[in-house]
Amino acid sequence: MPALALEDIRVTFVSPDGGRYTAIRDTTLRVAPGEFVSVVGPTGCGKSTLLNVAAGLLQPSAGATRVFGEALSGVNRKAGYLFQSEALMPWRTALQNVTAGLEFRGSDGADAVARAEEWLRRVGLGGFGGRYPHQLSGGMRKRVALAQALILDPEIILMDEPFAALDIQTRHLMENELLELWSTNRKSVVFITHDLEEAISLSDRVVVMSAGPESHPLGEFAIDLPRPRDVAEIRLTPRFIELHGLIWSAMKEEVLKSYARQRQ
Amino acid sequence: MPGKGSRALRFWQLGLFAAVLLAWYVLTSPTLLPPLYFDDPHKAAFFFGEPLKVAARIGDWFSSGSIYPHLWVTLVETALAFGIGTILGLVMGLWLARSPTASTLLDPYLKALNSMPRVILAPIFGMWFGLDMGSKVALGVTLVFFIVFFNVYQGVREVSHTVLANARMLGANERQLLRHVYVPSAMSWVFASLHNSVGLAFVGAVVGEYLGSSRGVGYLILQAEGTFDFNAVVAGIVVLTVFALLLDWLVTIAERRLLVWQPRGGETEKI
Repeated sequence: MPALALEDIRVTFVSPDGGRYTAIRDTTLRVAPGEFVSVVGPTGCGKSTLLNVAAGLLQPSAGATRVFGEALSGVNRKAGYLFQSEALMPWRTALQNVTAGLEFRGSDGADAVARAEEWLRRVGLGGFGGRYPHQLSGGMRKRVALAQALILDPEIILMDEPFAALDIQTRHLMENELLELWSTNRKSVVFITHDLEEAISLSDRVVVMSAGPESHPLGEFAIDLPRPRDVAEIRLTPRFIELHGLIWSAMKEEVLKSYARQRQ
Repeated sequence: MPGKGSRALRFWQLGLFAAVLLAWYVLTSPTLLPPLYFDDPHKAAFFFGEPLKVAARIGDWFSSGSIYPHLWVTLVETALAFGIGTILGLVMGLWLARSPTASTLLDPYLKALNSMPRVILAPIFGMWFGLDMGSKVALGVTLVFFIVFFNVYQGVREVSHTVLANARMLGANERQLLRHVYVPSAMSWVFASLHNSVGLAFVGAVVGEYLGSSRGVGYLILQAEGTFDFNAVVAGIVVLTVFALLLDWLVTIAERRLLVWQPRGGETEKI
């Protein structure tokens, strides 16, 4: 049974003046327990929309979401979400941000603080618990967000271009850390990105979406690169380059389409 | 932090103050200069007061302690108006920002009430709440309320969608969202308007006293005007100004304490 199953999803937005915009259609995505799946596609292809449906933050116009076989209603409680933009509560310190989820779920106090400190250490931020988000760099904030989501031990991790705003070195560092965290305790991951190299180096499977509107999956590719991987080094292996060529040839046309549409 | 430049600036600021005081003293003293404009040497002092007498009056007020009851009344009115106005504004702002129906229903009335010159309500409050503190507090509340209300309203509507969605994903229910996301976010806007609202609470108290009362610094000034005692009028204004500055300073300290999580301009403490 898949951990997460999106079946024939269609999302149509209706604007107040009656305009309709179909972001995605006929999209089916199944993610097995412990599987790392990346969804790639040109900008504006509705990748984030798809993720919001999986998170239960957005109701699809048609189709069903199942989490471990159960139909999803409301927010997906089995999922942790890493957002693209700043999602930490700026009025809470790093530590208080990490304990937030435990607090919301009713487990307060010393135990929560101890666990949060442990998680901060695990993401390399031991000793930074007392800092407010604005006192941390972009990369550190992403680590806090990671600890904040993972402390709840979610079965499914949804990531929306979480490292897009980081510089390339920090990004590789974070990607390696993510892989390490993931490999010690394998959860299902849906990773959204427009960066094909990032997708290949991290995933077990890459799904390519078409250009929006009415975006839909064009194809999917199993990534048979050996683990453990180093995201910077694996890019130089022949198999990586081969896979990259294969997937890029499927993506290229869509990227050009999306580009042409934006230039109009 | 005070470098050479800021010290020189402080010097010139004090110098300017001294120059103004000196000019005031020279131009109003009945004996120092022959009258420039008035036919009687005492007229300038009558119309503009004399700095030394103003200072003496202030000293007299504080040494005899006769000003304390008035000052106390004015400050209590200010504090009450500020507290009640802020709480009402906070509650209404949170409620309307989260309830679109109520906010569209009440929108024109709130706009009308806000654009009305509310000082004009002072006599009505005098009739309703008597000439004691009640009417002054009521006037201050109407002034403070709208500032806080509009700020909270704005603050809640501008809560980052991502922060909100994140809190939801972390398992926050509606009540927890209110307490851990909406209120802290709105509070930063309330604090941003704190200087304004404390100032207006003070204005409400003084104007209310001025328009009809038996105690307070505003009353003191009104009395002095009634007897054409210009020195006492100026002394009252000076006392009010000093306390307004003091309140403003207290607000700045409170702000620093409560908004540690906000980046301040020029702060570059990133690692």
